[in-house]
Amino acid sequence: MIRLEPRPPASVSRMLAVSLAAGAAALVLAAIPMSFAGLSVFEAYGLIVKGAFGSVFAFTEMLTRATPLILTGLAAAVAFRAKLWNIGAEGQLYAGALAAVAVGTGAVSGPGYILIPAVALAGALAGGLVMLGPTLLKSKLGVDEVVTTLLLNFIILLFVQMMLEGPMQDPMGMGWPQSEPILDEAALPKLLERTRIHWGLIVALAASLGVYFLLKRTVWGFEIRAVGENAAAARHAGIPVTATFIRVGLLSGALAGLAGVGEVAGLKGYLTADLSPGFGYSGIVVAMLAGLSPIGVVFAALFIASIFVGADSMSRATGVSNYLADLIVAMALLCVLVSGLFLRFKVRFISAPAAKGSAG
Amino acid sequence: MTGPTNEAETVLRLDGITKRFGALTANGEVSLDLKRGEILALLGENGAGKTTLMNILFGHYVADEGQVLVGTGRTGLHELEPGSPHAALEAGIGMVHQHFTLAENLSALDNIVLGTEKLSSLTSAHAAARKKLKDLIERSGLNVPLDARISQLSVGEKQRVEILKALYRDARVLVLDEPTAVLTPQESDTLFGTLNKLAKDGLGIIFISHKLAEVMASSHRVAVLRAGRKVADLPTAECDLRKLAELMVGHEIVETVRDAGSPGAPLYVLDKVSAGHGRDALHEIDLTLRAGEILGIAGVSGNGQTMLARVISGLVTPVSGSISLAGQNETHANARKMIESGLARIPEDRHRDGIVGAMSVSENLAIETIRHPENQRFGLLRFRAMLEKARQLIEAYDIRCQGEDSQARLLSGGNIQKIVLARTLEPEPTVVLAAQPSRGLDVGATSDVHKRLLAARERGAGVILISEDLDELMRLSDRIAVIHRGHLSEAEETETLDRGTLGLRMAGHGGEEAA
Repeated sequence: MIRLEPRPPASVSRMLAVSLAAGAAALVLAAIPMSFAGLSVFEAYGLIVKGAFGSVFAFTEMLTRATPLILTGLAAAVAFRAKLWNIGAEGQLYAGALAAVAVGTGAVSGPGYILIPAVALAGALAGGLVMLGPTLLKSKLGVDEVVTTLLLNFIILLFVQMMLEGPMQDPMGMGWPQSEPILDEAALPKLLERTRIHWGLIVALAASLGVYFLLKRTVWGFEIRAVGENAAAARHAGIPVTATFIRVGLLSGALAGLAGVGEVAGLKGYLTADLSPGFGYSGIVVAMLAGLSPIGVVFAALFIASIFVGADSMSRATGVSNYLADLIVAMALLCVLVSGLFLRFKVRFISAPAAKGSAG
Repeated sequence: MTGPTNEAETVLRLDGITKRFGALTANGEVSLDLKRGEILALLGENGAGKTTLMNILFGHYVADEGQVLVGTGRTGLHELEPGSPHAALEAGIGMVHQHFTLAENLSALDNIVLGTEKLSSLTSAHAAARKKLKDLIERSGLNVPLDARISQLSVGEKQRVEILKALYRDARVLVLDEPTAVLTPQESDTLFGTLNKLAKDGLGIIFISHKLAEVMASSHRVAVLRAGRKVADLPTAECDLRKLAELMVGHEIVETVRDAGSPGAPLYVLDKVSAGHGRDALHEIDLTLRAGEILGIAGVSGNGQTMLARVISGLVTPVSGSISLAGQNETHANARKMIESGLARIPEDRHRDGIVGAMSVSENLAIETIRHPENQRFGLLRFRAMLEKARQLIEAYDIRCQGEDSQARLLSGGNIQKIVLARTLEPEPTVVLAAQPSRGLDVGATSDVHKRLLAARERGAGVILISEDLDELMRLSDRIAVIHRGHLSEAEETETLDRGTLGLRMAGHGGEEAA
């Protein structure tokens, strides 16, 4: 028989140990289907590591992949801290990308130091506004934001497709559903020659520090934490709960919108309906792996990006599907969620009641 | 009161029970015997380990050391399987929790029978059950409308359903956790009458309490727990109130007393305030609080106290009527506005509304004034000032914690209440709303709360004290009004009232019948 007993809050070192153990457990669990697929487990993991860290190019590819994940991870983390369950980062990312394209393909012209901020601002604003609706519905009418944000993802994606096959289609695109390219002046500069890594990474890192500072050192952050930890007490203490939700919603949506801006203006150069391979949803995983810590989000995003990039490379080398990456990420999330149990409870194994006394 | 009959037979024995939670020893080598037909009072302050002990008995917890033995008639005592509520039920132990465990949308009969029928049987044996229950009701006097839904029953009736539930399962031992916490004085008397009758029929009864008067009046034997250890176990006849109180607290007790006050001008007025709907609604409440007085509001739990406190706190806007504070109209003021107007609010559920458990002591001390310039500048928190202030308040209000950075949830109930007191009373408010301020606190913490409220009154503040504890109300209040089904009676001078009158009004009877 297993018995769970509550334990006092875990120390930081214990939390780290449990997180690392969860990561290791995920790798062990993922090894089972790998060996079924006929792979040598160590060789496969070796290829994954090599694919993510094996060369400067591999490493920059991994960082490029991590960039949007940091931003969507922050979007989820800051919202979840207030117990605002924003599952719609994917849609907000596309809204941000769409706004970036709308502004950055010629609607405004000027030098880079005007265009780049304008594009970023437009994207952030679009993402934030998309999140405003569900936030207001939640705080005014009690509509479940999990449902509204999730469903908005599909609405926005369909809207993007409609725009790309209609008004915003590139006339020079030979009928492909894609937007006009972003002006060179509006594109985010590359960080390194001959790689794809761009300034979005710096923005993402700065955002992570900014969110950390916001939560830790500001009145708004104080109010976000209070509302998230105990909304009833926050309301009783005179904290404006609705206004706090709106601020968090706008910020969360804006961060996801920025992820879209980075993908369009930093990486692809134009918008297509397959811009994001689920960065919005992976952002939720990133945030959960990070324990909703804004600094932790950076490391969780790097972990997930290396799995994705590494698995792609492994897949090319062995012919095994890169879905394995999704599998490892899913295992990691499950392991982290289960590990939460070990942080909150002491697990005791109790032998059959006949053998009494051994329980203590 | 006479003890059990001389063919006294032990039905339950706790033998050296020890239970630790981390560094805390909740129970240390507690041993206890219960005889057939005996009423044992388990007396102790909050946190003394009473409930833990009973949870071990009932299998919710497993003891680290020691064992529970039950006697089943002829075979003598045998050990109860630890950690199994099922085994406890099988062995004839019935438990009535402080918070009832009834399904609100089922009938009383369904609730009682629930869990006793085999899943495999297709027919429901309600007819037989009804017959058995009719018989039980007749014998015990536990009158309950069997077919009424639980949600329609009063608190006293729900408690009777819980007791019947235990008796229906042929309980030989009945444990009641703070059974009078939710009852009027009259209902409590009825309950103890019933328990006495059941004991005469051979039931062994343990009731947990921290109220000395009822322990003296209604038990055969008293076991006193203090800090997890049994410090006394003696026949009630050999005790007196003072001795029990000292055993319970461990030192002599000084009671807070209120000197004659000198109330000033009206300070805070509710004029025909209605709010909410359904069971918790308020109907045209009139209330006038004067400076320098404590106005007590008595009532049985669930008669609109919660809504009244929420309206006064600025959490609910009245549907009609008006509220004024020091001449200013505050009818539509929200919580923050109320705080800024000088109204301190001590919430009845301090864990839910009073603190944010995951935040630190200093953050909880600052939460109501977080936008005040002393706590922030340009939207940035002034950590050093907050910590400095927290250190002062921790000192002044004797908040026992690991430091101003420790999580508020780790504090005991009494210290959590001190956080609330410190942050609400420190700015010297003109009006104080104290909702159930001593609920669940031990004697020391309670007397601290009382002293703070009296000090506020001394200073010239008006205090509204909502409480279900008549002793507390009569000791502290200058005037007392009674709330019943959302109607508030006119407040009367405490000296003109007695417990009987108040009890009747709390049950909804007018003043005349009280005589």
